Amino acid sequence: MSVAAISTSAPAARLSREEWLMRLGVVLLVCWLMLVIALPLWALLSKSFQNADGRFIGLANYVRYFSTPTLYGSILNSVGVAIVTTGIVIPLAFTYAYALTRSRMPFRSLFYAGAMLPLFAPSLLSAISLIYLFGNQGLLKGLLFGGSIYGPVGIIVAQVFYCFPHALIIAVTALALADARLYEVADALGTRKSRIFRTVTLPGAKFGLINAGFVVFTLVVTDFGIAKVIGGQFNVLATDAYKQVVGQQNFEMGAVVGMVLLAPAVLAFVIDRMVQRRQVALLSARAVPLEPKENRARDIALLAFCLFIVGLLIVVLGTAIWASFITYWPYNLTLTLKNYAFGAFDQSGWSSYGNSVAMAAGAAILGTAIVFTGAYLVEKTKVFAGGRMIAHLLAMLPMAVPGLVLGLGYVFFVNASWNPLKILYGTLAVLVINCVAHFYTVAHITALTALKQIDPEFESVSASLKVPFWRTFRRVTVPICMPAILDIAVYLFVNALTTVSAVIFLYGADTKLASIAIVHMDEAGVTSGAAAMATVIVATALGVKLLHVLLDRVVFMRWQAWRRR
Amino acid sequence: MDTSTDSAPPFLRIRNLTKRFGQFTALKDISLDVKTGDFVCFLGPSGCGKTTLLRAIAGLDPQDEGMIEIAGRDVSHLPPAARDFGIVFQSYALFPNLTVAANVGFGLVNQRAARAAITARVAELLALVGMPEQGTKYPVQLSGGQQQRVALARALATSPGLLLLDEPLSALDARVRLRLRDEIKMLQRRLGVTTIMVTHDQEEALAMADTIVVMNQGVIEQVGSPQEIYRKPATAFVADFVGTMTFLDAEIAGPAALRVGAIELACPDAARFLKGSAVRIGLRPEEIRVRNIDSATPNQVATHVTTLDFLGSFCRAHLTPEAAPGVAILADFSLNLMRDLAVAEGQPLTIALPPESLRVFAK
Repeated sequence: MSVAAISTSAPAARLSREEWLMRLGVVLLVCWLMLVIALPLWALLSKSFQNADGRFIGLANYVRYFSTPTLYGSILNSVGVAIVTTGIVIPLAFTYAYALTRSRMPFRSLFYAGAMLPLFAPSLLSAISLIYLFGNQGLLKGLLFGGSIYGPVGIIVAQVFYCFPHALIIAVTALALADARLYEVADALGTRKSRIFRTVTLPGAKFGLINAGFVVFTLVVTDFGIAKVIGGQFNVLATDAYKQVVGQQNFEMGAVVGMVLLAPAVLAFVIDRMVQRRQVALLSARAVPLEPKENRARDIALLAFCLFIVGLLIVVLGTAIWASFITYWPYNLTLTLKNYAFGAFDQSGWSSYGNSVAMAAGAAILGTAIVFTGAYLVEKTKVFAGGRMIAHLLAMLPMAVPGLVLGLGYVFFVNASWNPLKILYGTLAVLVINCVAHFYTVAHITALTALKQIDPEFESVSASLKVPFWRTFRRVTVPICMPAILDIAVYLFVNALTTVSAVIFLYGADTKLASIAIVHMDEAGVTSGAAAMATVIVATALGVKLLHVLLDRVVFMRWQAWRRR
Repeated sequence: MDTSTDSAPPFLRIRNLTKRFGQFTALKDISLDVKTGDFVCFLGPSGCGKTTLLRAIAGLDPQDEGMIEIAGRDVSHLPPAARDFGIVFQSYALFPNLTVAANVGFGLVNQRAARAAITARVAELLALVGMPEQGTKYPVQLSGGQQQRVALARALATSPGLLLLDEPLSALDARVRLRLRDEIKMLQRRLGVTTIMVTHDQEEALAMADTIVVMNQGVIEQVGSPQEIYRKPATAFVADFVGTMTFLDAEIAGPAALRVGAIELACPDAARFLKGSAVRIGLRPEEIRVRNIDSATPNQVATHVTTLDFLGSFCRAHLTPEAAPGVAILADFSLNLMRDLAVAEGQPLTIALPPESLRVFAK
């Protein structure tokens, strides 16, 4: 070994074109997430410590907030309504999920689909329906015996409707995972059914139910549409923020309310994370899936329960749709299309619907591209470990941030005098970006889950074959993940279409959205127009979902042939 | 470190390689040469650093310190794509959405070869791994063994100078594993491609390798041919990991003699140690003699059979020397011998330990 001197001092690390590109991608991703998530939140935070002239005044705004009973009273109202709603929704969703996963009740997948209906409507649709049923001119007003639906009762009932599918999805996931062997062992030991339920079923689903509880709690506290429509004089945090900013142009106090609104959401998020960390995998890889046994009495009872719930959901959804075709509720019930002539009640007319669809499509296309590429960079590349971790944390952040709060942050951030992005204010672009940011987390997790299921060595193999990573990304990763990519796109589209709270502060004169038009028509007392617009949104969202199901079939047949043995 | 006596420069040269994962040092100052055309096995228990070393050679998990040279070119800091190797993983890592032919041709398409040339090359490779006419299938339609052949064809497609195999047979069932073992070995001989295989299966390493590199806790314990590794293990770890061995505490009693308790044994290997030093000796169960023992036979030990384990083609006996009741010696007896000597549990048996079969290790 004396021929060549052995040099262990390395030549300066040379980076390939691929690695430069990956690094650039991670840097761009972090910059993007900072821009659309972190900086707006920072703008909100700093605004809450400033006076109207933009000078730092410490906690003065907070002091004023907590010494004004009409303001801080809303905290109790919001939390109280959220707790009651959670207490009602969770047992209902659990029973419903139990029927779907642990019984042999017929039409289970149909019942599941039916329970998802509220997801395709703006939250305030349920409130509009309740007004038609129990409001001042309600059909069933007599059932209230002089009570009023406007206030906490109306909010809670509407929220139960709106939150039910969210809780159900989590409960079904929690209950679907069950090891049949545990039940067989319990049976073999002669355990009574009730004890099996307490010692096997409930512990297995415990963490899912806790998670569902926190999700519902956060949804209720942060939802704006329902409280706006049916809250009456009952103030909650979400409507307070709206009143301060839109009604009184008091941005600083609006920022404080936003921060207060952030607190319960962040708290719920943190507690949930801590609880979930204690979860151990009860289900090993070798678990035997549970096949529910025949039990007619149980199945009939559960079927009746599910029929009742689905019936209620359909009544609530159906009332608004039906009412949107009614000439003059409740005195003249002949059908008409005049409520769909939006121009008569709202300046923007049908154009707000066009804006909504354009915005939702933009969010779906831009969002899916960014989210999936971002998740790929986070999961599959090895450059900038620190940068990828920051990107992941930023991507998880929107989960804990209510749409109203992020929207407020955008108002302050985009309007800041120093910000060159000011030209974006009121444009469709800022609405699209805001929606992508607001719904980033679920989309990111969906993409990550799909990517994690792919063999981690694909990138290594490609490198050994001297194939650049972007070619493997295009030819292998994206085709394999196509179902997840479609899921993400539809999720972003439907949520962008139906959201009110994320966009209420951000639209401009030419970019009013359908969901906001609903709020305005309701404010102006044109409930029938509001119901009609809500119906249009529901129809569009359901249509897109249907298209998704069909497209999924086609994709599966055409490009996923390799999945079939 | 001068392992090779021939003057040809090694194909792969590794110098002072170190790799850390946080506090844990996975590779400690590794140096190694691999000859052109050699089939090398990295053998060791899980966590010994063998896969880490392979991935460092590939550039997938670059080392922290040290140098790697492939075919005379310093590749220490080059990305994987700039090194020249093909790799096969335990998981096969076939692209599930591409056909077998598209998988094999994945690296060829990138070289901008003509379509007809690619098709021909893919067909040739599939024939090479014994899977002609299967190009249109998807990986999910193949058995594990077939998938591994496709992965092998894909790794060989670009005619790399170095073939890396990361536990390629571990995910297969025993029968397929044996067959594929022979096929890979023959293929490697035919193509003459320098090959490094990582395995934890000592039998696999002994059967396939030209050179075995035994690793433990981030260092190389021994490099040698399968014969050397098995017959002359350099350390107690190697002796224990490769094959079965009985270990006994002993003391050096003379230039070629040692003492186990009250038993005196002749042993030429003892000459490497100072008289009086405490050592361990190792002996393979199959080396123990029971036939044709006469008064001239050295190292006779009177024992009795404690237990017998039936292992199919042979029996493993646990023998307790009469002079050292606390010691157990393992011995493998053929069924033939069992019958001839009517070996049974509790029966006394005089054995002989051939002096040259005793290995002495520092304690």
